Amino acid sequence: MAEITAVVMPKWGLSMQEGLLAAWYVAEGERVEKGRELCDIETSKIANVLESPASGVVRRILVPAGSTVPVGALLAVLAAPEVEDPAIDAFVAEFRARSAETTVRAGEEPRPRFVEVEGGRIRLLELGTGEPPVLFLHGFGGDLENWMFNQPELACARRTFALDLPGHGGSSKVVSDGSIPGLARAVLAAMDALAIARAHLVGHSLGGAIALAIALDRPERVASLALLAPVGLGPEIAKEYIEGFLAATRARRLRPVLEMLVHDPKLVTAEMVENVLRAKRLDGARSALETIAAACFEGDRQRWQVRARLAELRCPTTIVWGEDDRILPVAHSRDLPGSIAVHRLPGAGHLVHMEKAAEVNALLEDFLGGPGRAATELGIGEATIDPSAAPRVDRDR
Amino acid sequence: MQLSREELLHAYRQMRTIRAFEDRVHEEFQAGNIPGFVHLYAGEEACAVGFCIHLKEGDYIASTHRGHGHCIAKGCDVRAMMAEIFGKKSGLCGGKGGSMHIADLERGMMGANGIVGGGPPLVCGAALTAKTLKTGGVAIAFVGDGGSNQGTTLESYNLAKVWNLPAIFVIEDNGYAESTASSWAVAGSQVGRAAGFGMPGYEVDGHDFFAVYAIAREVVERARMGGGPSLVHVRFARYYGHFEGDAMTYRGKDEVPRLMAERDCLKLFRERVLEAALLDAAELDRIDHEVAELIDRATAEAKAAPMPTEADLLTDVYVSYS
Amino acid sequence: MPKKTYRQAINEALRQEMERDPRVILMGEDVAGGMGSPGEDDAWGGPLGVTKGLMPRFGRERVLDTPITESAFIGAAVGAAVTGLRPVAELMFVDFFGVCFDQIFNQAAKFRYMFGGKARTPLVIRTMYGAGFRAASQHSQCLYSIFTHIPGLKVVLPSNAYEAKGLLIQAIRDDDPVIFFEHKAMYDEEAEVPDEPYTIPFGEANVTREGGDATIIAMGRMVNFANQVADELAKENIGVTVVDIRTTSPLDKETILETAAETGRVVVVDESHPRCSVATDIAALVAQEAFEHLEAPVKMVTAPHAPVPFSPALEDLYIPSPARIRRAVQEVLAFGR
Repeated sequence: MAEITAVVMPKWGLSMQEGLLAAWYVAEGERVEKGRELCDIETSKIANVLESPASGVVRRILVPAGSTVPVGALLAVLAAPEVEDPAIDAFVAEFRARSAETTVRAGEEPRPRFVEVEGGRIRLLELGTGEPPVLFLHGFGGDLENWMFNQPELACARRTFALDLPGHGGSSKVVSDGSIPGLARAVLAAMDALAIARAHLVGHSLGGAIALAIALDRPERVASLALLAPVGLGPEIAKEYIEGFLAATRARRLRPVLEMLVHDPKLVTAEMVENVLRAKRLDGARSALETIAAACFEGDRQRWQVRARLAELRCPTTIVWGEDDRILPVAHSRDLPGSIAVHRLPGAGHLVHMEKAAEVNALLEDFLGGPGRAATELGIGEATIDPSAAPRVDRDR
Repeated sequence: MQLSREELLHAYRQMRTIRAFEDRVHEEFQAGNIPGFVHLYAGEEACAVGFCIHLKEGDYIASTHRGHGHCIAKGCDVRAMMAEIFGKKSGLCGGKGGSMHIADLERGMMGANGIVGGGPPLVCGAALTAKTLKTGGVAIAFVGDGGSNQGTTLESYNLAKVWNLPAIFVIEDNGYAESTASSWAVAGSQVGRAAGFGMPGYEVDGHDFFAVYAIAREVVERARMGGGPSLVHVRFARYYGHFEGDAMTYRGKDEVPRLMAERDCLKLFRERVLEAALLDAAELDRIDHEVAELIDRATAEAKAAPMPTEADLLTDVYVSYS
Repeated sequence: MPKKTYRQAINEALRQEMERDPRVILMGEDVAGGMGSPGEDDAWGGPLGVTKGLMPRFGRERVLDTPITESAFIGAAVGAAVTGLRPVAELMFVDFFGVCFDQIFNQAAKFRYMFGGKARTPLVIRTMYGAGFRAASQHSQCLYSIFTHIPGLKVVLPSNAYEAKGLLIQAIRDDDPVIFFEHKAMYDEEAEVPDEPYTIPFGEANVTREGGDATIIAMGRMVNFANQVADELAKENIGVTVVDIRTTSPLDKETILETAAETGRVVVVDESHPRCSVATDIAALVAQEAFEHLEAPVKMVTAPHAPVPFSPALEDLYIPSPARIRRAVQEVLAFGR
């Protein structure tokens, strides 16, 4: 059975219960490579492409386009051409029987929890086991759900935490001075509260700057650094985005702002826009975001820039950037110290980890190494060279 | 009952100010200088002053159509009042309220009210605020004999009693609701109505400042101490019509001149304090003179003040427009 | 995110605002219930249990049962608001406004203007409206158009539990008198509602569906019917934009005109009567200010010009239905084609 792979309805985000299979890009009998776009999935919150979890032939398509099915439902079956049809049928039957037994286990679903830190509480979602853990830090105006395509994958092999930065998501709206060093202190406080001595930091945008600040000032707390389109490496930032994000109170005004984040505007669904608006409406959220924006940016300039200090970094570091980033120019990823592995992904905007989730996940797997392996143990430069060391990531559960 | 010299002088000055203010408004209205409806309090001064003299900052009153006297007694600025009645931008309400809606919440004056019986429920609310926030404050609803028959007034008696509010209902009975005699329009008695709601009720001669003062002190004190609401039925006369321009064809022939000669509250007050040698005539004359000057100045200023402009038409409909 | 009913969302908004601000008090008939009776305290929590649990939490001093005396207690709420409290008064059914309207439209609504900008009247009147409960003519009306007519009042119609919490907190924090309309048929409807306090600004309509072929402008419970129709038609490749106006006063003219102009085919859905209503107001607005974009006459789907009937057979005919809304959309789409 090992050579038969199930393609299932993924769970993207905490609240996803079911998804609409909007369109198939492959047909039965077609050969696909791992990472190939299989189909479009739409949820109330997000629309994205489901990429093939393995290479093989599409032997069965079990859910026609236009159907809505629950998370975990069998969508298709991949297998080598030599696998006999009866084996495929048996696999499907067994899969369905198994999932019938295990349906509706809502109580067992991972739920976010809170840790108390000075000045408030931090909401976080913990998934998986294996030390040292990975800590995901989202960008300005985001929340832990921004990692919905990444955290579950990386959690297959290690302990992961995605947290809401102060002023964001379900965390307290207390941001002190709102500066990057100030936010870094809050993240360190959350690490203390969680008894995390040392973590792999994966930071996007503003979260990338926070990760950088921690790595520069508290290197002993950082096992490795994966920066996705981080703040801090150059002077420019799209002020239309920051200002538009802060000002918009109506969905119709916010949508074009959020579309700046992506290469493909289809990724921005009505629900995604609505969720951002809802987060901004929480008591204190708006003023917290304004404080952070004022402390970190001045018009189209970044206030906190550490390009000159990158050589000080002692941990393995990688940078991933969408080539079509309209918030922070991809040029910020050029002319960096040679010890930093840089990946520029075409067809991706600022939200590179959402738009190119499979590629980013594969890069992160490679970078972080196998289960339980600390990237620091590999030494700088080795972190990106051994793709075969990365475990296969299956979307089926 | 002992009033200090200062209280006596204050009371006299207030009553005189109301009288002079109303007499001047009457003249100016007749001369065509004041627009709209005005309802004058002349003759009734002892009531407003006799009650409000017991009130402090943080206490509230609500008034009637006939609100100028209550405003002055509660400490509203006379010059701003005059400007308001002339419809000027410098008026107490920016010229948007006028005589019938003159108010000054900072002074605890919740407004004259264009709606008969509008005040008592509001006063229950002010009293509820005092009770909830434990300010020790009280609130007085001045209600005309016409307003005493409104359901709002009777419902307010009930609510004030049920909630044990620091509220006082003062029924100002000048004998006429517009042109209709209160002796005809009010079934039963005001005091009997109070009894029906389990409230202490009093009847008092509203021309006699000292009588009003004594009962007002008792009911205000009761309310302040948590003893709940009371009702006071004050009988007196108004010297002018229901509104300015009212020919008062419904009144007896010599009714007003006789009242002015025999029962005028200012005259009675003067006689009483001079007889008891509490104040001397020169002091009172000096107050009369100062008040006349104040009203002259207020009137001249009001006449000279600018009208509001189109820019004011749409302001202050809301605190916020979203 | 936790799912909560419309009822729970309103209760939570009240509780959180009462915790935040000691000046917020509740009053109304049976808002706790059982006052002076030998049985349970907090016996009711309002006739449909919306305020249940608030009296035990905040005490009788802040959750005040009243006698049945709307003139007095609505007036008292107005008086309390203008003297320093932030009362939330419950007018049990909006049909009862006839016995306390003076306190609302002549007093509360006008203080700020009449007093030259010196008054603040931070009052919320929560009230139940709407048909569908077999409650007949005097317990089923909408009547929000009457309040919308009065300058100085703000009028809010939450269309689901999420909206209800955010709009009610906004209403309580607002310094103007707000009439908050709760549809009695929606109390058990659930939506995702954050645990934290949040506010939804007034005067900002919510575009709940983005279509492009026709525009439905709706309010209150009718938004859900409109969404249902839009979802059905989407499956037939007909795109319907749905606008939840959220507040009839202030009115988000900008969004109404923008969405009307985009499709040129507009249906206004209002559960109220068809004359001098919010529907006629919006239809007139679109006709006056978006005329050059219109491809079809504006259609209104409303209740008839008749009282709400009792018999279920009649009441079901009375309430604007998704089927009628669908027909109206099809008619504006067919016009001129």
